[in-house]
Amino acid sequence: MKPTVFHPVARVLHWSMAILILAMLFIGVSMVTDLSVRHPVLVSLHKGTGLALLVLVIARIIVRLSIPHPPLPQDLPAVQRLAAGASHLLLYGLMLAMPLLGWAMLSAGGYPRPLDLPAIAPHDVQLYAVLRQAHGWAGYLLFATVLVHVGAALMHAWVRRDGVLRSMWPGPRAE
Amino acid sequence: MNQPLQGQAKAWRLAAIGALMLAAGAGFAYSAGWLGPSALTPQRIIDTFEAQAGHYPGYRKNHSKGLCVSGYFQASGQAASLSTARAFTQARVPVIGRLAIGGANPFAPDTGIPVRSLAIELSTDDGQVWRTGMNNPPVLAVSTAEAFYEQVLANTPDPATRKPDPAKVQAFFATHPESAAFRQWAASYKPSDSFANTQYHSINAFKLIDADGNAHPVRWQLEPLTPYTALPAQVDDPLFLQHDLQRRLAQGPLRWTLRLVLAEPDDDIDDPAKPWPANRRSVNAGTLVLEQVDAPEQGACRDLNFDPLILPRGIEPTADPILAARSAAYSESFNRRSRESLSTGARP
Repeated sequence: MKPTVFHPVARVLHWSMAILILAMLFIGVSMVTDLSVRHPVLVSLHKGTGLALLVLVIARIIVRLSIPHPPLPQDLPAVQRLAAGASHLLLYGLMLAMPLLGWAMLSAGGYPRPLDLPAIAPHDVQLYAVLRQAHGWAGYLLFATVLVHVGAALMHAWVRRDGVLRSMWPGPRAE
Repeated sequence: MNQPLQGQAKAWRLAAIGALMLAAGAGFAYSAGWLGPSALTPQRIIDTFEAQAGHYPGYRKNHSKGLCVSGYFQASGQAASLSTARAFTQARVPVIGRLAIGGANPFAPDTGIPVRSLAIELSTDDGQVWRTGMNNPPVLAVSTAEAFYEQVLANTPDPATRKPDPAKVQAFFATHPESAAFRQWAASYKPSDSFANTQYHSINAFKLIDADGNAHPVRWQLEPLTPYTALPAQVDDPLFLQHDLQRRLAQGPLRWTLRLVLAEPDDDIDDPAKPWPANRRSVNAGTLVLEQVDAPEQGACRDLNFDPLILPRGIEPTADPILAARSAAYSESFNRRSRESLSTGARP
């Protein structure tokens, strides 16, 4: 029997990561053009939160693969079903890729890593250039995907009114 | 479960969702600075350097002309009570460094520019890294990034003379009284004939953290053990300082004393334009020994960003706004030159 709502652990992970990821995206794009005393604060916040998100996304992938989750509504058209699957795959991929790219980028640029983490890429400026740009573009793509994800969730809640958003909604089980 | 909406109610809700997504996108674009310039950005500073000096793919966007050096730092042990940083106790710390002249033109003549710099990276055996970029003037002319940018603009070369317009430079100094100490330095500056007998200053102040967690604000300087000799009045070799450095290092290592100058409670630790009184207590932290110089555009320093905020445990930054601005601008320079090395193969 499939559940009708997400497991509380999945919901805690979803909403805590949602807040952190949104904060990270805004911190990320604003810190690179910031020249003020906020700059170093934002950069260290970005690195620390990035590391936390890496741990969280690994936990989340394990939860997703091990705990049953509610199915999509039966009457959802095949195209939307496909879009939901593909966008979730993209979200998971980007959530995992972003912190790894950040870590690899610091390694390739010869920069120290938070918590004295080891380098995961050789010190090489050309590799750094590739990883740095990939981190930036993956960030834009992640923001766009999050935006679509939010739009789709609101479509489910306000237009289709099919209980999809409610299945992930935080707080006590509403039914 | 409710029925799906239809008709006008559906249209309104679709419009609301669309508006929400648009607003979020606009907020993101605003944060990224895509909706037009607001405050000064590192990008604008680097753009201005390139507009003034030219675009040199792969080179550092300031202090573009320099050579990589290497050697070691020998701690005296005298600074160990001030900071827990391993560099102050380790007998021999490997050092990668870079000696450069100021300015964004990698082909400028060595002695045409008064500013010289020495940047070093100390890698201690506890895995910590300390990078510091030092200049020969003991103070900056400005206290903020915005004033620095004004100073850069005031020094825009005149297309006819290819030199800054003295009237504009004077006008800048007139409106920036905080530049007094720098002007005094510039007026009395008698360039030496070598990187080796030049003294380099940390520009900004930092906090040394001792074993009890107490902060000791300091500025540091590298004092040459090579005696001063004045630069000849007429220098024809555009690589004068580089050739001199290669000649001296072929004969033997070059040494500097790393001196930590301790602030008194009244000293301004967040203003790099303000000198501290000359009688401040200081500590000889050890000796920097440079042994090797690499060929131009070669060596380990080339692929390092000497971000002054890369500090080991035991040293912390002050709230100096120039320190934050240096970190941001150096990062932009590093990003650009690494990207350029990708497309042109140029890897200076």
